[in-house]
Amino acid sequence: MTPGLHHYLIVSALLFSLGLLGVVARRNLFVIFMGLELMLNAANLALVAFSRYHNNLNGQVMVFFIITVAAAEVAVGLALLVALYRKRQTAHVEDLTSLKL
Amino acid sequence: MPQFTDLLFYALAGLTLLFGFLTVLNPLSRNPVTSAMFLVLTIMSMAGLFVLLHAFFLAAVQVLVYAGAVMVVFLFVIMLLDLKEDERRHFNKIAVGLGGLSALAIAGTLVASIVKTVPVATGAGRLAEGETKALGRLLFESHLLPFEILSVLLLVATVGAILITKKDLR
Repeated sequence: MTPGLHHYLIVSALLFSLGLLGVVARRNLFVIFMGLELMLNAANLALVAFSRYHNNLNGQVMVFFIITVAAAEVAVGLALLVALYRKRQTAHVEDLTSLKL
Repeated sequence: MPQFTDLLFYALAGLTLLFGFLTVLNPLSRNPVTSAMFLVLTIMSMAGLFVLLHAFFLAAVQVLVYAGAVMVVFLFVIMLLDLKEDERRHFNKIAVGLGGLSALAIAGTLVASIVKTVPVATGAGRLAEGETKALGRLLFESHLLPFEILSVLLLVATVGAILITKKDLR
């Protein structure tokens, strides 16, 4: 079967759920961060597929902006992780429970 | 007789999902470096999907910015912080079970709604000029202001990252 728009959308939906699985199930902050990146990429794939099948390039411009913002987000997020590691010597969410009652 | 590009789509989609799964839940390794490497592979196969969608410029940007810059920063930080003790921990069985259940529920909902609505795919026509040229025209004519704001955002992120990681913050 020739792949159409909904094939790409299904791949994007599955990739999004994989990213969600990484965020929910893993306990390492780096892997959680990679799950977030996976979810952003899934949204990008859906946008590119829509822009292709509706012949509208605005979706690709949006993806370009998303990639740039994601790069900025990674820089700041990893800086926060480095600062956290310097204070607590851990990158593991189970060790970060000081807000717990 | 299926076309070559159709087979390419199925291969790349399968690879993307396989590598994505190995990024988040690799049964053989809990090392974040392994996850980062598989994320690079996921991004590469997604760039292949972008090429199939005629988004050539975005495929190049995906490889350059994501697989190149972002993942290098990721690996740099992971290797800088010595995370050896993490490998001894095991997966939290309850978290993996419940997380898998919720991810399955979300995936089922999304796929069911996509299949049910069957989006109208008005055949992908060809643009008059090349896609990249048209994209550049669009980017620098009607989206110039967001583009410039984005450059300021990158500057702010750079300054912020340096400031946050400074040792003695006053």
